[in-house]
Amino acid sequence: MALFDICGINSRSNFKTTENDELDGVLTSLNTIVNPCQLALPPLGCPSNTYSKNPVDEHGREMKINYDHGTTTLGFKYQGGIVLAVDSRATGGQYIGSGSVKKIIEINDFLLGTMAGGAADCTYWERVLSKQCRLYELRNKERISVAAASKLLVNMVYNYKGMGLSMGVMIAGWDKKGPGLYYVDNDGTRTPGQVFSVGSGSLYAYGVLDSGYKHDLTDEEAYELGRRAIYHATYRDASSGGIIRVYHIKSTGWVKISEQDCTELHYQYEEAERTSK
Amino acid sequence: MFGQVILNDDLPGAKQHHWSPYTDNGGTIVAVAGEDFAIIASDTRLIQGYSILSREQTKLFKLSEQTVLGVSGCWCDVLTFTRTLEARMKMYLHEHLKPMSTQAVAQLVSTMLYHKRFFPYYVSNIVAGLDQDGKGTLYSYDPVGHCEKNRYRAGGAAGAMLQPLLDNQVGLKNMKGELLPNITKEKALMVIKDSFISAAERDTSTGDGVIINIITKAGIEVMHFPLRKD
Repeated sequence: MALFDICGINSRSNFKTTENDELDGVLTSLNTIVNPCQLALPPLGCPSNTYSKNPVDEHGREMKINYDHGTTTLGFKYQGGIVLAVDSRATGGQYIGSGSVKKIIEINDFLLGTMAGGAADCTYWERVLSKQCRLYELRNKERISVAAASKLLVNMVYNYKGMGLSMGVMIAGWDKKGPGLYYVDNDGTRTPGQVFSVGSGSLYAYGVLDSGYKHDLTDEEAYELGRRAIYHATYRDASSGGIIRVYHIKSTGWVKISEQDCTELHYQYEEAERTSK
Repeated sequence: MFGQVILNDDLPGAKQHHWSPYTDNGGTIVAVAGEDFAIIASDTRLIQGYSILSREQTKLFKLSEQTVLGVSGCWCDVLTFTRTLEARMKMYLHEHLKPMSTQAVAQLVSTMLYHKRFFPYYVSNIVAGLDQDGKGTLYSYDPVGHCEKNRYRAGGAAGAMLQPLLDNQVGLKNMKGELLPNITKEKALMVIKDSFISAAERDTSTGDGVIINIITKAGIEVMHFPLRKD
């Protein structure tokens, strides 16, 4: 309006109509299409002191916002490639939110990511990683290396360091240099390695894994080692359980090996022990 | 910290007042997906603390002819979330000249929830509908967008109480060696009605009435039946 222009008042900032307010809300949520790394920050100073840390209701009672957490995953390199084994339980507080979560995320035909920690965090950022890997392939006409893929993920997550993301992820794949296995977490840690186990049940899995691990395992022995290690973790850790899934990464890509309920495995092992005695 | 009053003197009877953007308005959603149908139901009670705000507030939102969203939790977040979601769906319709499929809606809900990762919507979501082949599908979410495809799910205030009942009656988890047959529409309706009747007995925020949406190729049928009003 002419009067506002003469006075120098910015009509949008001082006389916002309700229509604009609603549209703003929709437009900010669209930012994720343009840039999936741009999440909404709460309208306060320091995001690490936000309401989401210890939310309270109007009487001051603490409200539990329970996010799904995933647990016990493992991966190791051996002469035949890489074996990844995971459980499938997701707990939201003490409640078992689900017994059939897919904790191995297929980034592309040659790359797999595992999920441990916050389920939503892992699935969202690994999905963004798949998008970045595909863009890399289109721009460079060759497949992305495991080192580069894990670096992309860790750089995205480092922007949110200290703000409460919870992710303990393994990026595994086969590239020009052969099999690659990296551990990436929400603090910005990124380490290559031969054997990793992540999650609340990882201690139990390491016990079985380390005692049975050799570089020269055959394929069947490797699958059984991964399966057994997860089974023992589900036996002792309350937050692990459900279906035990085993994947194998070879030079031709990844393959799903088996998917068994851990109670079924329990009776199988018991039966095998009884017959062998 | 924002929202806290800091008292310098130790006055007797002085209380700190808390302000919080969140509140729990209760509500339960139950959904079952079958071979060629999907059923989603919610109770109709809206509470705040020990008061009842409404006895006829449905928590089901029709997104398209094939998809229904059930949301409960903090009612202000429910309203904003559904409004923003409907706007996004309209934009998709105008851009692509076709309505969003159930699978696309499921992924959109997950992304929209994660967008507010650092100040979450305090809501419990279930998306029910028919996929491109006419099969019933169901997606359930945690408050920050972790999505999971299910055959049956109970969410909201009495969700933890009803999920074991559904595991038993729909998932047949108690029966060893039983192959999971596809549940019929009549059995699914019976189980859903029974679960709400039981929830109303034991959960204060559930009651007053149930609205059921049955999604089939022929459209969305709406049923209503009453529950205990106490």
